[in-house]
Amino acid sequence: MTGKAKTTPRSRGSRPAIRVGGGQRTGTLDIDALIADPHTQIIVCCGSGGVGKTTTSAALGLRAAEQGRNVCVLTIDPARRLAQSMGLTELDNVPRPVKGIGANGGSLDAMMLDMKRTFDEVVEAHATPEKAEQILKNPFYAALSSSFAGTQEYMAMEKLGQLHAESVAHADKGSRWDLIVVDTPPSRSALDFLDAPDRLSSLLDGRFIKLLLLPAKGPARIFTAGFGIVTGALNKILGTQVLTDVQTFVAAFDTLFGGFRQRAEDTFGLLQAPETAFIVVAAPEPAAMREAAYFVERLAGEDMPLAGLVVNRTSAPGAGMISQAAAEAGAEALAGGGESDHQVARLLGIHAERMQIQRREGRLKRQFAAAHPSVPTVSVPALAGDVHDLDGLREIGSLLAAGSSRSPENA
Amino acid sequence: MATQLHIVTGKGGTGKTTVAAAMAMALAGKGKRVLLCEVEGRQGIAQLFDVAPLPYEERQVAVGLGGGEVFALAIDAEAALLEYLQMYYRLGRAGKALDRFGIIDFATTIAPGVRDVLLTGKMYEAAKRQVNGTYAYDAVVLDAPPTGRITRFLNVNAEVAGLAKVGPIRRQADAIMQMLRAQTTRVHLVTVLEEMPVQETVDTISELVAAHLPVGHVIVNLVKPPLLDESTGAALRNGSLTESAVAASLKRVSLDATDAAALLVGGEAHLVRQLLQEAQRGVLLTEANAPTAELPYLSDGIDLGGLFDLAEEFKATGIL
Repeated sequence: MTGKAKTTPRSRGSRPAIRVGGGQRTGTLDIDALIADPHTQIIVCCGSGGVGKTTTSAALGLRAAEQGRNVCVLTIDPARRLAQSMGLTELDNVPRPVKGIGANGGSLDAMMLDMKRTFDEVVEAHATPEKAEQILKNPFYAALSSSFAGTQEYMAMEKLGQLHAESVAHADKGSRWDLIVVDTPPSRSALDFLDAPDRLSSLLDGRFIKLLLLPAKGPARIFTAGFGIVTGALNKILGTQVLTDVQTFVAAFDTLFGGFRQRAEDTFGLLQAPETAFIVVAAPEPAAMREAAYFVERLAGEDMPLAGLVVNRTSAPGAGMISQAAAEAGAEALAGGGESDHQVARLLGIHAERMQIQRREGRLKRQFAAAHPSVPTVSVPALAGDVHDLDGLREIGSLLAAGSSRSPENA
Repeated sequence: MATQLHIVTGKGGTGKTTVAAAMAMALAGKGKRVLLCEVEGRQGIAQLFDVAPLPYEERQVAVGLGGGEVFALAIDAEAALLEYLQMYYRLGRAGKALDRFGIIDFATTIAPGVRDVLLTGKMYEAAKRQVNGTYAYDAVVLDAPPTGRITRFLNVNAEVAGLAKVGPIRRQADAIMQMLRAQTTRVHLVTVLEEMPVQETVDTISELVAAHLPVGHVIVNLVKPPLLDESTGAALRNGSLTESAVAASLKRVSLDATDAAALLVGGEAHLVRQLLQEAQRGVLLTEANAPTAELPYLSDGIDLGGLFDLAEEFKATGIL
């Protein structure tokens, strides 16, 4: 339902939506140039579920740290193993230093988002102690902050804003971070978080909130027509007790809303700033590539600076020159032979399958490139197993940078 | 007989929409009248069946070989809310007033959780609908949100019940939770034989069990037949298949013998993956605590013909 999102006139002047790194080969996403550029302060990885967004974020953060950046990686919902690979064992909503990094003066902190705690902290930081207590105890707030879908997007934005504010505040005396890498929530549409500020604004400006606030603020003179019908209907549907809970919550929360919206809008502006780079992550499957195309278009529509596309887990290019058809024919001819002939037939079968997959992936990538010729792309071959440790993340990092002009692996 | 409810979830990229569609086709193949629903606004069903984007309306998309039918519905929260208000509260004029106050928009796009209440509510309505004393559908198959959100999605009505102590919302929420926890409901988890999806499957099963939601099958999707048999695997492991032997065989069938080394490397990489897959099968067996079934990878991709093939495979799994 993202089609509903309004594009608010936030863009300050025109800015190229596509970032073109220096010394970059045409069409190839130069990861090392991106992370070496001190102007890159925020990298956002987005893409549909299951394409390896979190792994890509972690690998990028690690590579940047080992090249001397002071990095904070914000992950939303990492797989347990991946979290462990960065030494994250608890979800405590605080960036923790990842050990074993820092040879080049860089550093890596990593954290997992705890949406309830982030929400609680916002309430505690911005409301009076009595108000905060009142809000935290409200049953509607408890449900809102811990179990309802949608809250994660707001809180991811809130957290990103906090981390950035923290890094800017200390910029003069050697900030803790000069690069924040953000993974995005696995939502219905992975770009729901972009809509969070808009949704919040339309909620706050809406007549509904004003309506809910009425009993707490006195008689309703502004709402005459329809007011009775609406409260009557709400009472009928929700029951008085629910309505009262919601009203108490909104009344208590009223003072917080303004700050909430301001920060969400600031974060939105931050995402549009030239210091931010979006990386769209995809897998070489039709559905994931379709989603990637959607993300690319949506980001351009919102004036968000896109760095490029990462196609994860592509099949590793084989060194063999034998064509699929020749391999299949050879396999058939050898299948009835002796033991080693039989075994070679199996190897040819594997080769043929790989050639077939590569052809399909190549077609998907060409289709994407034809539709989006200005989007730099890099393919990351699949590793045999999952990432379990920093070395695994390093390997992904060097595969990500394989297309980089200055990558040591290419030198 | 009460309508069966099959809820299909899975990590992104495992093919849950395809599996849900194949399940619906398999049920239709057994003569059932099936409703296939999606709730994420992706129009994945329309793409699979190669039809125009689905409106908020139950449309026939396929007729099974056994005389059954598949209807499809893309559940839209806003339409569901207006329908709900009309159906249960007869809120004609007041419904419009709610809309004017931005409440419909608020409920369906801004208020967290309400969407899920509406989506599960519509599913409930379709499953309980009766026409002339019999249920409108024999089965409802839901292409549900991914594993990361499924427990929260299905449990949203329990949350609502916690908020609304009495009243019509409470009654509705209780009725939906009762249906979701009933014998007629099964939550199936689609996975592939890779570490992260398997781990997520195992974790999600624990969450579902803790929320008292009935776990059905683990459906292992995109399974490729092992390309390496035992003798070739062993030969690669112990190095008895040498580069020169491979080159000799290649020469015999007039293929470029210089590719021998590359073929061996490719074979070894495949062996590693094949062993990892086998290990993941083991994890599912020992940790998933649910029966598993496997569906093959179709190398020609999934089109309508592919769906019929998968539906046939489905019947062989014994899930339905």
